[in-house]
Amino acid sequence: MVADLIRSLLRRPAGMVSAVLLFFLYGAALLAPFLSPTIPSAQDLKRTYHPPTGLVWQNGKLSVRIYKLVDPSTATYEPILGRTAPLQWFSKGASYKLLGMIPSDRHLFTVAAPACIYLLGSDATGRDVFTRLLYGSGISLGIGLVGVALTSILGLTIGGLAGYLGGWADSLAMRLTEFLMAVPGLYLLLALRAALSSRLPSDATFLMIVVILSALGWAGTARVVRGLVLSLRERPFILAANILGQRPWTILFRHLLPNTFSYLIVAATLSVPGYILGEAALSFLGLGIQEPASSWGLMLGQAQDIKIFMLNFWWLLTPGVAIILTVIAFNLLGDALRDAVDPRFRLPGK
Amino acid sequence: MTAFIFRRLAALLPMLLAVTLLVFALMSLAPGDFLTPVKAQRDINPALIAELQKSFGLDRPWYEQYVRWLGNVLHLDFGYSWTYKVPVAQLIAQRAPATILLSLTSLLLAWVLAIPLAVLAAARPGGWIDRLTSVAAYLALAIPEFFLALLAVWMAARTGWFPIGGLSSLDHDFLSPFGQFLDIAHHLVLPTLVLGLGGVAGTLRVLRANVLDVLRAEYVTAARAKGLPERVILFRHVLRNALNPLLSTVGYAFAGLLSGSLLVENVMNYPGLGRLVYEAFIREDQFVVLGSVVVGCTLLIVGNLISDLALAWSDPRVRYGR
Repeated sequence: MVADLIRSLLRRPAGMVSAVLLFFLYGAALLAPFLSPTIPSAQDLKRTYHPPTGLVWQNGKLSVRIYKLVDPSTATYEPILGRTAPLQWFSKGASYKLLGMIPSDRHLFTVAAPACIYLLGSDATGRDVFTRLLYGSGISLGIGLVGVALTSILGLTIGGLAGYLGGWADSLAMRLTEFLMAVPGLYLLLALRAALSSRLPSDATFLMIVVILSALGWAGTARVVRGLVLSLRERPFILAANILGQRPWTILFRHLLPNTFSYLIVAATLSVPGYILGEAALSFLGLGIQEPASSWGLMLGQAQDIKIFMLNFWWLLTPGVAIILTVIAFNLLGDALRDAVDPRFRLPGK
Repeated sequence: MTAFIFRRLAALLPMLLAVTLLVFALMSLAPGDFLTPVKAQRDINPALIAELQKSFGLDRPWYEQYVRWLGNVLHLDFGYSWTYKVPVAQLIAQRAPATILLSLTSLLLAWVLAIPLAVLAAARPGGWIDRLTSVAAYLALAIPEFFLALLAVWMAARTGWFPIGGLSSLDHDFLSPFGQFLDIAHHLVLPTLVLGLGGVAGTLRVLRANVLDVLRAEYVTAARAKGLPERVILFRHVLRNALNPLLSTVGYAFAGLLSGSLLVENVMNYPGLGRLVYEAFIREDQFVVLGSVVVGCTLLIVGNLISDLALAWSDPRVRYGR
């Protein structure tokens, strides 16, 4: 089934392009420490609000321009004519752990000490926006995947049980989903966030946000899975399983739920953006990922700083563009998947 | 019909009870309370703090506080804001109209833009209007509201065409009634655009699919065979039937608007319920949060109710009450 899906996906250009884009985005997120020239918490108070450094070709090497600060109050930097520093490839720099376990200190590119490279400029404390963007993508993209996985498991279990058992379990689950869908989501998000302590280490914050978003997000999935199970359990093959004397749990988990998977894959893909946007909104409000860790929402929140707002607006907006690209890619992929799945499996509610 | 309305309004009660109980429990689980910053100051007498705690009822377990709050609400007393030092009801009465106004203008924008575009797009599937609008809708749905709000504020700051935030100018009170109206309208343009854009895109997609569905109906063929102009078929016969499913989603759209306005109001400094709720959460101003949540949920349910009534009014096949 999965091979079928991939094959029909390959035939759709939009789905293909977005799959490749997402592959690169997640790849960049995984390799963030290696791809970035420095670490996200490295400050340089002498180079705050630095503009993106220009790259030039000099002496047969790709080099970076060197800038001097002209006016500190408006953060005006000017390139010094003719002075550049060559890029060093695969050079040693700040040490890190790749994928959280492989220790290393190699970076794809750096420049020698007095010079600096800010591909996307620097922020209020002279940290590299490019590095923070890469590190932030790990958090923002990761929350999407983990959140959807949690939601799918919750929705599948609750929806499957509700549909299969019927009776009071069904009505209890459905009232709960109606409640969750009827209350303005961000209000509940805020309430949950208030309940869970505000100062946590960043790993714990990450987990907490995922749990909060999934706790609010499973309702839609559960309702559709319930609907599917309700119609599937009247099919002859379930009747046959019943007559063969298979136990209810076996029927539910071996026969009913696997038949909802193709719907679930589509729904999961289409709901990843919701989690990415949810994390971004929380972090933007200052309730999600906390400094010194970085995430796209947090970086957008920092763009509200008045100095950045008036001087360097575009550099800090890059996380916004990253969010939009990711969301579009997931939506396109989801639509392509749905088209691929649809002929064999009419989606309910469509 | 009256029985239906009453039943729906009655369903509001258990829902409000559940939401407020949940919010109350969650907020009391949160470490610290409104007095935490006061306690942190060294020169304040512990006896005073104990007295304050007693006067706010903070020394009681949370369920007792909740029951006491419920009792007060039955007397239409929503409590007292600790930070603003005014009754919560008064505070919300000031803020809620701004949010309702913003939600309504956004909804209006969504419908006014989306309805003609969706009909035109569906009339020629694959035509240039269809392609253009679906690409635009795709983009619009991918842009986070707060990002759009940031862009709007930046644009306003750079060009000076629109006010940067708020709902009225400093000299609002000295303007003529018409001038006041223009002033508020001028302030509403950007928030409405920001909040409404997602609505336009969502409505457009749903409505386009509906119109395409209805176009396949036999009565459309009949109307065409009769020689009715396509414009009349589309806008008089098809649109009316295609709007029905959309009417029933207005309630949920309203939920989205309330959530969205929380973010937009905070970025654009708009004096509405969303900003009030956010600030109250941050300061743990419990009664303000509860009051706003009650008002927000009531707005939602009433919005759902109105959309159901509109559905019954527009579609004679829908009958409630039995």
